[in-house]
Amino acid sequence: MAYSDKVLDHYNNPRNVGSFDKKDPNVGTGMVGAPECGDVMKLQVKVNPATGIIEDAKFKTFGCGSAIASSSLATEWLRGKTVDEALAIKNTDIVNELSLPPVKIHCSVLAEDAIKAAIDDYKKKSENVESQTKAHA
Amino acid sequence: MKLPIYMDNHATTPVDPRVFQAMTPYFTDTFGNAASRNHSFGWVAEDAVEKGRKQVADLIGANSKEIVFTSGATESNNLALKGVAEMYAEKGNHIITAATEHKAILDTCKRLEKSGIKVTYLPVETNGLVDLDKLRAAMTDKTILVSIMYANNEIGVLQPVAEISKIAKERGALFHTDATQAVGKVPVDVIKDGIDLASISAHKMYGPKGVGALYVRRRNPRVQLTAQMDGGGHERGMRSGTLNVPGIVGLGEACAIAKAEMAEEIKRMAYLRDKLKDRLLASLDETYINGTMEHRLPNNLNISFAYVEGESLLMGINEIAVSSGSACTSATLEPSYVLKALGAGDDLAHSSIRFGLGRFNTEEEVDYVAAKVIDVVQKLRELSPLYEMHKEGIDLTKVQWTAH
Repeated sequence: MAYSDKVLDHYNNPRNVGSFDKKDPNVGTGMVGAPECGDVMKLQVKVNPATGIIEDAKFKTFGCGSAIASSSLATEWLRGKTVDEALAIKNTDIVNELSLPPVKIHCSVLAEDAIKAAIDDYKKKSENVESQTKAHA
Repeated sequence: MKLPIYMDNHATTPVDPRVFQAMTPYFTDTFGNAASRNHSFGWVAEDAVEKGRKQVADLIGANSKEIVFTSGATESNNLALKGVAEMYAEKGNHIITAATEHKAILDTCKRLEKSGIKVTYLPVETNGLVDLDKLRAAMTDKTILVSIMYANNEIGVLQPVAEISKIAKERGALFHTDATQAVGKVPVDVIKDGIDLASISAHKMYGPKGVGALYVRRRNPRVQLTAQMDGGGHERGMRSGTLNVPGIVGLGEACAIAKAEMAEEIKRMAYLRDKLKDRLLASLDETYINGTMEHRLPNNLNISFAYVEGESLLMGINEIAVSSGSACTSATLEPSYVLKALGAGDDLAHSSIRFGLGRFNTEEEVDYVAAKVIDVVQKLRELSPLYEMHKEGIDLTKVQWTAH
């Protein structure tokens, strides 16, 4: 199978590889997929609680080149977006940007799921922090 | 050293230049039909076919008359299984094979099941081999055929064919072996191994594509087959169709070369393969060999690099031609059923690479491949959330994964 130049570029030079501390209240972590399905994505966002803007994003992916490229691209797009803007990213945007063939669309779906899971996690954490703060007050 | 490097010799092999040279006159100058009995063009072609037949027979300890030429191992497997099932229908309707067989066997068995044949698919042990007690237990009075491959095309393990054929014979069943990967690579002897039928392919042993053979025993017992194709009754009525004379010349020459050079080639393949294996295992943790090393083709290495997905690994070593048991590379989107049958677990099946060394690989190539694979696996593990979790001491089997 031939890969698009953009997939190759992300595969050869993946952006924003790494991990944040999961326990950091400003960090949201999304882990989707399963090893027996051949792909697992971990995507993390670090949100500025004052502005609601995603200041940094990191990923690690076990999966094919298209899965690596989809998650690498997702971290690029997430940086600088608000949480709500991030939720608007659709898997079809990733498909178009990377020219993914039909058999690789599931990689983009997984990336969208990872974004949603990471933001969900962040939101849950910040709600907890808020309720705890209120309880202390 | 030239790139790309070809190390996928279980898929196919290049034609040996000596084989190619032997074939060339039979395309243009001596192009006759081996069935033409009344002129010299036919006689020359027939002589060439009979020479090829003897060369094939000599390699496996058979008699020339026991060799039936076909279009390749898939046809040979079809002819053996369907031909026996039909011919011996009055005797019984049960065939025993193994879960790790090639699709040419498994799909043929599935077809036979639709026409009322009972098929037992023996499981294999974690080393890839059939358990002889399980075979014994599966045999019934209705068993007409046991078909177990000689060497596996993915993991290269060599089945205990001599013991298997004994068990088949004790119960009056015939023994067929898909010897596609074995013939020309390791000694195959139809007498010593007790083989009644054996499938052979030319293009896995430095011969041309599109030609193969089926060994059909003529004595003790005399095996009979119902032909699966109607026509001029060529090949003693077992396989009609004008013979592929240049192909047969090529197959014969490939067999002659294999016979003459096998002892040396086995040593050289094992040396190169072991060097590759040792270097990979020395530099990379969490790396597992699939199938036993003890009973194995000398040119095969099938290895799983845990926490690295196979297709991404192939992408990183794209100037090396190998194959992966991973989902994404195959049309079926399923990880290798052979590795699953070993109980490897889907995650390790997704992480596997098959290296198939061949006659034309050099030590320099092996060194290059080892270094490149180590480099890419390390890079991908830096990217792998699973490797990170493993390093943190998390048991991945206990994690609740989100299915998708």
